[in-house]
Amino acid sequence: MYNPFSLHGKTILITGASSGIGRGIAIECSKMGAKVVITGRDINRLNETYLALNGIDHLQIVADLSKDEDLNSIVEQCPQLDGCVNNAGIPKLITVKFIKRESLSEIIGINTIAPILLTSSLVKKKKLNKSSSIVFISSISGICISTLGESTYSASKGAINGFVKGAAIDLASQKIRVNSINPGLIKTNILELSGEMFSAEQIQDKLELYPLKRMGQPEDVAFGVIYLLSDASSWVTGTNIVIDGGFTLL
Amino acid sequence: MELNKFVTLFSEQFDNTSSDQFSPDTAFRALDEWGSLTALSIIAMVDEEMEVRITGADIRSCETIEDLFKLAQTK
Repeated sequence: MYNPFSLHGKTILITGASSGIGRGIAIECSKMGAKVVITGRDINRLNETYLALNGIDHLQIVADLSKDEDLNSIVEQCPQLDGCVNNAGIPKLITVKFIKRESLSEIIGINTIAPILLTSSLVKKKKLNKSSSIVFISSISGICISTLGESTYSASKGAINGFVKGAAIDLASQKIRVNSINPGLIKTNILELSGEMFSAEQIQDKLELYPLKRMGQPEDVAFGVIYLLSDASSWVTGTNIVIDGGFTLL
Repeated sequence: MELNKFVTLFSEQFDNTSSDQFSPDTAFRALDEWGSLTALSIIAMVDEEMEVRITGADIRSCETIEDLFKLAQTK
């Protein structure tokens, strides 16, 4: 059957696959025929994702990307790849006057430095095949908008936006494409985490600002990722795809 | 930490409300300046000064500054 979005024959590395958006991406990519290599910090939750994958021949690697030895170990264990989805990330709500070097280093370390170093290492060790696709799961925060208490999170994602453009130029000679997906509010545990800060009513109020009147699902992001990983997007590089239910229109 | 010190730190998170408006029995959520920004600042202040993590739900469960002080002490 004609399907330019197929991932058959492709091997894709997905970070932060033990929950939320990363889990959704891993499962949908496996359904599209990809062999996936999933990483995450929590062995049990990563295995839950692994068991939910479609088909066989997938790999799981427990690793903490903020540790150099774990990052190197992922690169060493990885088979040759046709794609990499840099998804692992953390949220942080903190107002400007309370920013400290420690918390700033943590969020920039996980959201910005780790995915950049992983990308660099995969390229250096020649783990990415010609015509590979690298996808960053960024955010609308820091690129299109920001919100109260999100300045450091926005900074961490805004930096990724710059990296995507520069890396797309650097890697074009190898026909490796680099793009990002910029999701709005997605229903995941991260949101439940920030639910400690916000009441259900406040989240409901936020939904009113989304023209399509619902929160995003991990699959909404995954389908955008599949497009960027597939040969359908072979002339697309250095771009951001906003997936936000229309939020940034208002 | 003393209650009075807590009230002072609490008041310092507000930029447009004079400090004489704050006492242990102030119903802080009724203050004009109360909102998401001040709530986030209170959470960060309690974390920094008392090394205690309180949540938005904790804040919503309190009426007065003293209520919040007592709640933070039990954590």
